[in-house]
Amino acid sequence: MADVLVCVKRVPDFSGEVLLSDDAQSADARYVGHTLSNHDLCAVETAVQLAAATGGSATVLTVGSADAVEQLRTALGVGCAAAVLVEADPVTLGPADVAREVAAVVADHEASRGASYDLVLLGNDAADSGDFQVGIRLARLLDRPVVTGVQTVTLDGDRATLVSDVAEGRETYRVPTPAVVTVLEGGVEPRYPTITGRMKAKKIPVEERALSAEPVGSGRVRLRVPAPQSSTSTLLGEGPEAAPAVVDLLQQLGVAR
Amino acid sequence: MIVVYVETVRGVVAEVSLEAVAFARTLAAAGGGIPVDAVVCGPLGDAGPKELAEAGVRTVLHADTGEFDVFSGAAHARAVLAAREQTRAVVLMGGGTNRGNDVMARVATELDVAMAANVVAFEGLSPFTVTRQVVGGAALEEVRLGSRPAVFSVAGHAVEATPAETAGPATLTPLAVALEPGDLTVQAVSVQPVDTEAAGNLKSARVVVGAGRGAGGPEGFGDALELAELLGGQLGVSRVVTSLGWRPHHEQVGQTGSRISPEVYIPCGISGAIQHWAGCASSKVILAVNTDADAPMMTKATYAVVGDMHEVVPAVNEEIRRRRG
Ligand SMILES: Cc1cc2nc3c(=O)[nH]c(=O)nc-3n(C[C@H](O)[C@H](O)[C@H](O)COP(=O)(O)OP(=O)(O)OC[C@H]3O[C@@H](n4cnc5c(N)ncnc54)[C@H](O)[C@@H]3O)c2cc1C
Repeated sequence: MADVLVCVKRVPDFSGEVLLSDDAQSADARYVGHTLSNHDLCAVETAVQLAAATGGSATVLTVGSADAVEQLRTALGVGCAAAVLVEADPVTLGPADVAREVAAVVADHEASRGASYDLVLLGNDAADSGDFQVGIRLARLLDRPVVTGVQTVTLDGDRATLVSDVAEGRETYRVPTPAVVTVLEGGVEPRYPTITGRMKAKKIPVEERALSAEPVGSGRVRLRVPAPQSSTSTLLGEGPEAAPAVVDLLQQLGVAR
Repeated sequence: MIVVYVETVRGVVAEVSLEAVAFARTLAAAGGGIPVDAVVCGPLGDAGPKELAEAGVRTVLHADTGEFDVFSGAAHARAVLAAREQTRAVVLMGGGTNRGNDVMARVATELDVAMAANVVAFEGLSPFTVTRQVVGGAALEEVRLGSRPAVFSVAGHAVEATPAETAGPATLTPLAVALEPGDLTVQAVSVQPVDTEAAGNLKSARVVVGAGRGAGGPEGFGDALELAELLGGQLGVSRVVTSLGWRPHHEQVGQTGSRISPEVYIPCGISGAIQHWAGCASSKVILAVNTDADAPMMTKATYAVVGDMHEVVPAVNEEIRRRRG
């Protein structure tokens, strides 16, 4: 029976240009939706699969604005059994703050349940702030081992086997639980919430908490968006009809004969 | 003192690490000629110290006991911390790879200081300020690292791995690292390093045909592979493609993959995200194929064809074969 805590972050769903707030302290997401990153979705999926495979349960946690309940509902809708919101203005938080807040929830929950979360999962890096370190800081606070950049997780008693297939190569690790693992997309296929899943999710109360300490922040001075460049390309054509022009060019460049 | 955490693959110094050393030289110069030292964990080939010396490293601190034969983030971080003790370094940095970010985050956590991931530029020494990629590279963040040492990773291919103007020989010194019991809790069961020879072929190819999410699935690469073969080139792919397991990692082009500089790069169904661009920007000619005329790759390319890669690429292959008769 594995109990898994999975930590997620509400992030703006930018597909095109990023706009900034007037004070350049945050991205202006008023005109875009919000979502969970692929890494976070894969972490949630992994948590739900591990809980189902072992008859345990998955709890989802976010540190963020009250609106982040939307993302908690997404995770509840695909099978998480409980949800925690630590309410805070995300702009004021740095990675050390997020780690400290997650650690505080873990300590609290474990004290009241009298048992550890076998695994705490997080996305490898946040799609907006991209700090690549919350999992590591959390593990240090909890004094647990941590493996980052993992794609698949299997549990066998009090050991976890972690596979990470990344640019450096394919690596398999074994680690005693309880442990902290950060998840990269690609190992599991996140499911979509079903209608019944969504209905059930609506009825699950969200545990709401306040920050446990004053944030130290991120050291951010300002954000900047690189100036968009105007097109410099020459259009060779459209569709398969462009093939002769393409081959002419390749011959001119001396790479096709 | 600046300490750079240097990664190796099969004993060969990684390109991102040489880039990080080149970045460190900028800092060193700004600081009035601070020496740059390197930490290497595990096997290091004979060429390593020379290559690092040419990049401007003064001392190579080598942690080479059995514990370092396979990668352990905790052990490597402990080595960087030992190097810091020894050199009194005020800056600790690495490359912005999965490992580089892991190790530098552990180092910063142990020292209870901040860590800036994926830095692309150095802004100033006091206060110590750098610019880093955020929002998947769509925005940049200027960030202050107020405590010492400053800890950060340099985004892959954000700077070039140029040799130092004045380089002396580097001293190779063993680094004694006192590992703590918890450092080896995570056991590597198996490690298969990426195929560096195949990646080498991609890096040196005269022609690279690229394929991204637009390929549509693992079966969607046949035409692009055929075009690569017709042109005597190699296939290169985006990270989406390797993450989804459609193609092997050694084919990845970009910030966390290979940096290519072919005569011609033909990216098909690749949007041209900043991290991909980092790996292909030094191609002489870029000919992009994409259904979306406004995709960044299409507007930044030298030439563009608007269309479905599954129609355009086979037509090009057919035309090449036809002309050959
Ligand atoms: C820290 C970090 C490191 C990263 N490192 C890398 C890296 O090294 N390399 C890398 O590539 N990415 C990297 N990325 C990911 C990068 O941000 C992008 O997500 C990725 O490059 C997008 O891949 P893509 O262009 O294949 O997919 P998408 O962005 O989804 O683009 C697909 C493109 O295909 C086009 N298309 C769709 N169907 C067709 C069709 N039938 N015919 C023609 N065109 C079609 C679409 O118009 C679109 O432009 C990194 C990201 C982060 C945060």
